[in-house]
Parts: sequence; structure tokens; C-alpha cells
Amino acid sequence: MSHGLLLTFEVTILVLAIFLGFEVISKVPTLLHTPLMSGTNAIHGIVIVGAMLVAGLDDKDTLTTILGFVAVVLASANVVGGFVVTDRMLEMFKKREKKPEP
Amino acid sequence: MSKEVTNLLYLITIVTFILALRFLSNPATARRGNQIGAVGMLVAIVVTFLQKSIDSYWEIILGMVVGGTFGAVAARKVRMTAMPQMVALFNGVGGGAAALISFAEFHRLAPEPGGLQADISTAIMLSAIIGSISFSGSMVAFAKLQELVRGRPIVFPFQKTVNALLFGAVLAAGIAIAAGSEQQWLMWALLAGASLFGILFVLPIGGADMPVVISLLNAFTGLAAAATGFELENNVLIVSGMLVGASGTFLTIMMGKAMNRSIANVLFGAFGQIAPSAAAAGASANGGQVRSATTDDVAVMLGYAHKVVFVPGYGMAVAQAQHDVHALAALLESRGVEVSYAIHPVAGRMPGHMNVLLAEANVPYPQLKEMDDANAEFPRTDVALVIGANDVVNPDARNNAGSPIYGMPILNVDDAQAVVVLKRSMSPGFAGIENPLFLNPKTVMLFGDAKDSIEKLAGAVKGL
Repeated sequence: MSHGLLLTFEVTILVLAIFLGFEVISKVPTLLHTPLMSGTNAIHGIVIVGAMLVAGLDDKDTLTTILGFVAVVLASANVVGGFVVTDRMLEMFKKREKKPEP
Repeated sequence: MSKEVTNLLYLITIVTFILALRFLSNPATARRGNQIGAVGMLVAIVVTFLQKSIDSYWEIILGMVVGGTFGAVAARKVRMTAMPQMVALFNGVGGGAAALISFAEFHRLAPEPGGLQADISTAIMLSAIIGSISFSGSMVAFAKLQELVRGRPIVFPFQKTVNALLFGAVLAAGIAIAAGSEQQWLMWALLAGASLFGILFVLPIGGADMPVVISLLNAFTGLAAAATGFELENNVLIVSGMLVGASGTFLTIMMGKAMNRSIANVLFGAFGQIAPSAAAAGASANGGQVRSATTDDVAVMLGYAHKVVFVPGYGMAVAQAQHDVHALAALLESRGVEVSYAIHPVAGRMPGHMNVLLAEANVPYPQLKEMDDANAEFPRTDVALVIGANDVVNPDARNNAGSPIYGMPILNVDDAQAVVVLKRSMSPGFAGIENPLFLNPKTVMLFGDAKDSIEKLAGAVKGL
């Protein structure tokens, strides 16, 4: 695929993702806004993929090695911390589901 | 693994993220949604490990162990009341990662002739700028929420001019990079300038506006991740990043609406800029006096009321009083008092902050009233018990056009027969605005730590 064609595909899915993002979020109740923010926070931890691609390169100079390594550290903290914090929040919402309301 | 297979497997990740967000729209499925998202993330990580371009593993594995351990420990150890700063912290590191990836890509590609195509260099500079702002801005938000620095707006002369000049310089460096300059120092300058801008940008924003800021910075990190996807020609980064970017923007706008303020006003209005005369006019116009009550007085008011509405705010979060509040509510209910909770959309330091805390304390959902429902109930409420809330119950938002929060919808607690305000001291709230509610003849103040006061109240109600 030519570079230009690839770019147009990328822009296309970018624009579709914008609409999808608005669409999916507009259904979330206020009650869950905090877990939602925390959940999307975990999702942007996907930068870990980029960090891995940089850190895993062969033949890189010292600066790239350091940058790649630090990027992996930061992105891993984002992924693990993001999902764990969200799970802890949602655990509390779930606990109450089991409890019959008086 | 071929590029085709890789992209198909990444598609699984994209689908799980979309499902995760969908499942988050219902409390019953939200937790499963988050777990599905985590599985999708794991798929992406495994697929990336299997890429041909990855030859060196120790940096990745060591980095994951260090970062993952830190993330897991921090997220496990943190108390529920400190969640906002944790979200800010994890958001910041994500932005930082995006900026570093861009730096590395620039450093790697720039020296090769023709190594940088215009769209790649544009993505690199966008991701570097947005990621750096998100990183340093989130760290300042974290420091403010953790009370490492003052929560009040921090302002200095010519702040806006300095910020504008700095941002202009960062943008100029970015445009030079996008236009094909391959000077390494430009990238250093851009990262340093954008990071400094992030700090200066969040410093003047008051603690009460932090929910909006964190939500916005969350969107920023998403955008930075999407830009990183363009650099690496990676679909999963583009789609996931943009999903977060779009949803974060949407959430930010909704919060702005809840406060009846434009996002620009929140970001650049700086509560600190208010004319002191306007605030003073609002306070002295009432000319009232602060009345403080004893625990026993308040216990009698509560114990013999027909209807009590709890109005929680950040003070409840700080004191971690949510369990005691629920215990007191249960005690009142056993005496036949009708109890509910009035939740302002921006009470606390995160959107829905109070909901999370009260959920932790097992408060039944039907007792949680959103603003409009709660306001309809106040006229037939005997006692409104304000627990560490301030700006969201400030009548100046209705009456005083000079007040910086004028026009913000508030909980009209002053419609109740009586108002009890639990507060640590008479100092104004995070936003630093006077609150005439405290001078209202209907209002009595109960000074002290919220947890402590609620415990004592429960004890006194038992003794009635």
C-alpha cells in the first residue's frame, strides 16, 4: 500500500473513532462518571504498544535505549494502575448489587 | 507474524475496548467491562511481543516489571478518597510515555535522509507537545490534590502573557519539526517548553475545578496516543487513543455544562482573579452572623426531623467519613426519619466522586438524588446536613452577579427548614470564595473534622 493511501485509511478510522467515542460515552450515567474516566485512563495505556516497539528495536543508541525503557516503565504503570484502580472502584458498585434493597 | 495477522489481532483489542466502554454504562456490567478491556490490553501486548521488529527483550521485560509493580502497588494501596490523584498520576505517566516515544522516533528517523515524511513529523510533534503537557499538567494536578502544593489558584503577574508566549514558542518549534527540520535541540526545546507550559497551565486552576482538568488531560493523553499511532502506523493506537480523546472531551464538556461555565472559563478564568470587592459585597450584604451549634443541639434537630437530606462534598472525602455518614443515616432511618443524599454533579474532585464514596459505604442507590430531584425536595426537608460541601451550596451562584461562580446551578439547601454545615473552620473553600449560606439565619455551623463530628452526632442521636 502506498504511503498516501495508508494515511487516508488512518485518517478515516480516526474520524470514525471520534464518532464512536462520543456515541458510546453519551450512554454512561453520571453515577459512573468516575469509573468511566478511570477506565478510559487505563485504555490509553495502549501507548505501551508504541513503547514496546521502540524499546525492542535492535541496534539502538544509548538515548533511544533510555527513552524506550522509560516509556515502557511509564506506560506499564498506566496500564496496570489504570485497570486496577478502576476495578477497585467498580468492585464497590458490584458489591451492592448482591445486597437486596430493603 | 505478518502485518495482516497482526492487524487482525489488534482488531480484537479494539473491539474489547469498545465493549469495555459500552459495559461501563450500567453498574451491573461495568466491572466485567473493565476486565474485558484488560484482556484486550493483554492481547495487544502479546501480539506486540511477537513482532519481527522486536529483537531486544530485556528493556521491555524489565520496564514492565518496574512500571507494572509500581502501578499495582500504588493502585492497591491507595485509599478510596485518594482516587482522583491516582487517576491524575496514571494519566500523566501515559502522556509522558507518548512524548518519549515521539522523541525516540524523531531521534531515530531524523538523521536518515528522507527518513521523516511530513505526516510522520507532524504526528511526532503533536504527540510530543500534547503528551508533555498532559504529563506535567497531571503531575501538578496530582500535587494539588495530594496537597503537596496549595489547592488555591496560584497566580503571578503577566501570567497569561507568559503562557501565551511560551505556547507560541512551543508551537513554533513544533511547526519547524513538522516542516522537516531535523535539529535535535529543537525537540529538546519543544519537550521542555511543553512540559513547562503544562505546569503553568494547571497551576492557576483552583482545586474545585480539578475534575474538569483531569478529564481534559485524560482526553489529551488519548490524543497523544492516537498521534503516536500515526508515527508508528499502528491502528490499535490510533483507534484506542482517539476513543479516549473523544470520550474525554465529551465528559469535559458535560462537566462544564453542569457548572454552567464554558471550558475556556474554567481553564483560563482563574478563580483567583475575582475582584475582592465583589466577594466582600456578597458577604456583607447579608450582614448576618455565624452561629455555631453543639453536637447535642444538632442531634435533636436530626432525631426529631421528618426528612433529612445529606449534602456531601469534598470535606467528607478528606475526612473519609462516608461509612460514618451511612451509619448515622441508618440510625436516623431506624427512628423513622426519611433520609436521602443530594449529589451535586461536581461535588468533590472528580465527576461522580461522591457516588463512588457512598457506593463504598453501601448506601442504597435510590437514596442518591441528582441535583434537580434534590432541589425539588428541599422545600419539604426539615434539615439539610452539609458535610464539607461549600461552593456547590453557595447561594451567591444564584444571587450575586459579582461572584465568580454566578450562574452555576447549585443545591438550594437554603430552601430547607434548617441547614447544618459541618466544616473544619470558617476558612473559605478550595475556590476561596465567601459563602453567605454560613451567615443565613437558618444555618448553624458544627465545626470540626467531618468524621469526628458525624461519629459524635451518631452517639448523641442514640442517646435521645
